[in-house]
Amino acid sequence: MLSLNGIGKRFGGLTALEGISFNVGKGAITGIIGPNGAGKTTLFNVATGIYPPSCGAVLLEGKDISKLPPEGRARLGLVRTFQNIELFGKMTVLENVMVGLHTQSSSGLFACSFRMPWQMSEEKRIRARAMELLDFVGIPELAEVQAGTLSFGKGRLLEIARAMALEPKLLLMDEPAAGLNSSETADLADLIKKIRDLGVTVALVEHDMDLVMDICDQLVVLNLGTMLAEGTPRQIQDNPAVITAYLGEE
Amino acid sequence: MKSDRIKFLVFALVVLLIPLPLSGGYLTNVLIFVGINSVLALGLNLLLGYAGQISLGQAAFFGLGAYGSGVLTTAYGLNPWLAMVVVAVCVALFAFAIGFPVLRLKGHYLAMATLGVGVIVNIAFNETVELTGGPSGLSGIPNLSIGSLTFDSDLKNYYLVWVFALGMILLSLNLVNSRFGRGLRAIHDSEVAARVMGVNARLMKVQVFTLSAFMSAIMGSLYCHVMTFISPNSFGFHFSVEILTMIVIGGLGSVYGSILGALLLTLLPEMLRTFQDYDIIVYGLLLITMTIYLPGGLVEGIPALLRRLVPAKKVTEGSDA
Repeated sequence: MLSLNGIGKRFGGLTALEGISFNVGKGAITGIIGPNGAGKTTLFNVATGIYPPSCGAVLLEGKDISKLPPEGRARLGLVRTFQNIELFGKMTVLENVMVGLHTQSSSGLFACSFRMPWQMSEEKRIRARAMELLDFVGIPELAEVQAGTLSFGKGRLLEIARAMALEPKLLLMDEPAAGLNSSETADLADLIKKIRDLGVTVALVEHDMDLVMDICDQLVVLNLGTMLAEGTPRQIQDNPAVITAYLGEE
Repeated sequence: MKSDRIKFLVFALVVLLIPLPLSGGYLTNVLIFVGINSVLALGLNLLLGYAGQISLGQAAFFGLGAYGSGVLTTAYGLNPWLAMVVVAVCVALFAFAIGFPVLRLKGHYLAMATLGVGVIVNIAFNETVELTGGPSGLSGIPNLSIGSLTFDSDLKNYYLVWVFALGMILLSLNLVNSRFGRGLRAIHDSEVAARVMGVNARLMKVQVFTLSAFMSAIMGSLYCHVMTFISPNSFGFHFSVEILTMIVIGGLGSVYGSILGALLLTLLPEMLRTFQDYDIIVYGLLLITMTIYLPGGLVEGIPALLRRLVPAKKVTEGSDA
């Protein structure tokens, strides 16, 4: 689905990532783990086009997307959520999801200002679709609430609804469980599995090992900007290099 | 949705009825400029209040509209309506072309770049003397007319300007409550998140910049035909800042806020005439007071003030009983 070929990223003299190559398998949930500062978020930013890579290539379904801006990648089905939740705080919950439907609609400046009939029916369609998505994540009652006033947990759900609005082929989630309590995390695990069952490939960066071991089919371990290991959760748990990186040497 | 329609209809009705009791006096004349300034403020508000992109050069687009129409109708004898269309399209193209490099900048740098555009355009008005008349201005611009109806009185010009203004206000209301408007507000809140959602932020910023320039240019054309005389002073940096002040005072991110701001800042200097030489001090004090006590602008401040006054009244009534 998504292939990273020899990705490297330097910020001035600092090497944040070096020689990262792996595939995210189609239809699976891939976890990217590693200690703080391992380069996980940087890797996400390179994959989604927020930063260009210093070297290497990002391939989506075999197509090189390294040169595409974030909005171009979003149109191809590569969508992400953010660690600190990037909602449109001054807009309502429903409007946030409707922005997610931007790529599923096409009315431009003229159609919108003159309220063309097709624009009105498109508006109706995306409003209904946005409500469906709020239902999917379980917060339909919050539709008219201002997004900036949501709790962290609800905000996370909204962010997922908004991302799902783009009908992603691949959903990248940056620490989806960060800031959630244990019952919210359990609900999140169910939601992520539900997303996978819709045929969406999921890749997530996560610190919550219980969540990762529970839902991931495949794991990639980063440490200090390089790849430490790759395999199933069971293989990773028994990998001595990983244990050393996390717990230090004896 | 429906209540928005009703609000607009009430507003339009008020606008169309106001001049009747005034019978074309001085106040009607001032209200023409309220109409022009409302659209200028609205154009900047779409750019700054919705999309979050500042421009300190709005007066330049207004001036280009005015001088474009002024020169084409006096020196070349072009039909004023045709001139208005030609000029508005040219100004929009100009804004579109400079929009791509300029809107890559953010914050203070964007403010500086648009300021630069405004200053350069104003210098051009002053220096191209054979075309614009330079600092002494351009006179003899004809009034607009439709058939035998010539817009030569304040009352006629009031309706001329406000019909255009109401049209643009309606289109702007449609725009901000649509896919395009949501895209702009998303860019304002978080440009990174908007782009990740597939919003083409760079193009949309340029589009709304172009739209604001287009609206300003149309108002510029109307202004030159209403005034029949224009000079570079009207389109300087000072006026760009005044447009900005209108939307800050009126309410950023609000269509009606733009109009309230334009109304207040256009009427205020007229009302302060009684203070004679001290009017500018009173003006300054009022603006400072308003920005401190009404940070969301008049459009949020007035309802908040009413809410504060109404329950207070109830409490006193209760204590009396």
